[in-house]
Amino acid sequence: MANLKALQEGIVNSQIWKSIFRVGIPNTNRKRVLAVLGSLILHLHPVKVRRSGVRMSYTWCMGGTSFFLFLVETVTGLLLMFYYRPTIEYAFTDIMDLREQAPFGIMREMHRWGAHAMVISVWLHMFRVFMTGSYKPPREFNWNVGVVLLVLTLLLSFTGYLLPWDQLAIWAITVGSNMARATPGAGNEGPMSGLIKLGDIRLIHAGDDARFALIGGRSIGASTLLRFYVLHCMVIPLAAGFLMAIHFWRVRKDGGISGPL
Amino acid sequence: MPEEITPYQVTPKTPLAGSAAADIREQGEVTRRAFPIVLTAAWAFLAAALGGLASVLGRFMFPNVLFEPVQKFKAGFATDYSIGEVDERWKDKFGIWIVRTEDAMYALITVCTHLGCTPNWLASQNKFKCPCHGSGYYKTGVNFEGPAPRPLERAKIFIDPADGQVVVDKSKQFHQERGEWVDPESFIKV
Repeated sequence: MANLKALQEGIVNSQIWKSIFRVGIPNTNRKRVLAVLGSLILHLHPVKVRRSGVRMSYTWCMGGTSFFLFLVETVTGLLLMFYYRPTIEYAFTDIMDLREQAPFGIMREMHRWGAHAMVISVWLHMFRVFMTGSYKPPREFNWNVGVVLLVLTLLLSFTGYLLPWDQLAIWAITVGSNMARATPGAGNEGPMSGLIKLGDIRLIHAGDDARFALIGGRSIGASTLLRFYVLHCMVIPLAAGFLMAIHFWRVRKDGGISGPL
Repeated sequence: MPEEITPYQVTPKTPLAGSAAADIREQGEVTRRAFPIVLTAAWAFLAAALGGLASVLGRFMFPNVLFEPVQKFKAGFATDYSIGEVDERWKDKFGIWIVRTEDAMYALITVCTHLGCTPNWLASQNKFKCPCHGSGYYKTGVNFEGPAPRPLERAKIFIDPADGQVVVDKSKQFHQERGEWVDPESFIKV
């Protein structure tokens, strides 16, 4: 027993241990306080949680569910990336192989159902925040961050829709991306784009407008698939992750989860 | 008799109706003695979940179906190969040179024993030459120049008794430096 204690002290007082856990053995009140304050858990998690904050009937846990689903999508999506190739030659067959031949064919289904669930939970989260008046000052900025996160969630769903490269995907994105034609100024059918002229020549046309930049061409093709893949796997998740960090941090800085009115 | 209160028991305020605290109260409190068991069970559950996740992640990295050439293939009849030549017809697809000599046939694996590049057969110089670091091998596969530490490996080769075709099986390899080239599976007598 004495040897065990000596071993424990030897480990806890070693350079390696102390480089990871700064405080060492929390054997004084001061060290105990420092150990708690320096904990990563309390960097991520609030020190105090309101009783109403853990009441399901009040929060619906929709924000937490959305974040959980984002993590599920990140893990399953990362795994799918090991088998999926975003080219018109392979995309569809790779999706089939993910279902039929790759280990855990459920992985792709989890990603797909998780995506549907995330869109629903984000909407419900927004609905809850609205109905409890949690968008009001001092939380008005965080509401706006949340609105952007909602848009990013929808864009993640939209870009992921194309990746299976089946008929549903191609025509859904054809229809969906037509909206970009109507972008004010930047879309060739949008308001004010006709005003951008050089003499008589219209500078915004089908070959250089917002839709062209989004899908990398005049119609859905190989470059669209690659573009949406990069947007789906890198650009939008990184942007969403950055905004989520701000969103969660502001929840705490703006007074924690809002209480009942 | 009044209820005995230990120093560890704290009488809670009446929790908010419908709250999580009220639920625990209705279902019975977790006592101080039971708490470590609950805590251990919770950590064990978490560890099991993470362990399960880790094993799924690990298994997922091992594909069930491979999109690469098979290890064992039929290489036609022995008479399809000319005596004294290094045959390159299977080099790109299966990574095999088939060499036919006066009285034998053997299959060389096209992997340089230095660092694994693919050497070229230079018929004019009658040698295999690796473009990466200049290792050279005789037609037999034995190394004679450059950094290669040992001869090329030979693959298992045999005549299919059913149709008389030559079969090469890369999954079994024969090393000269281990004296394995005398193994009857490492060549065919013709």
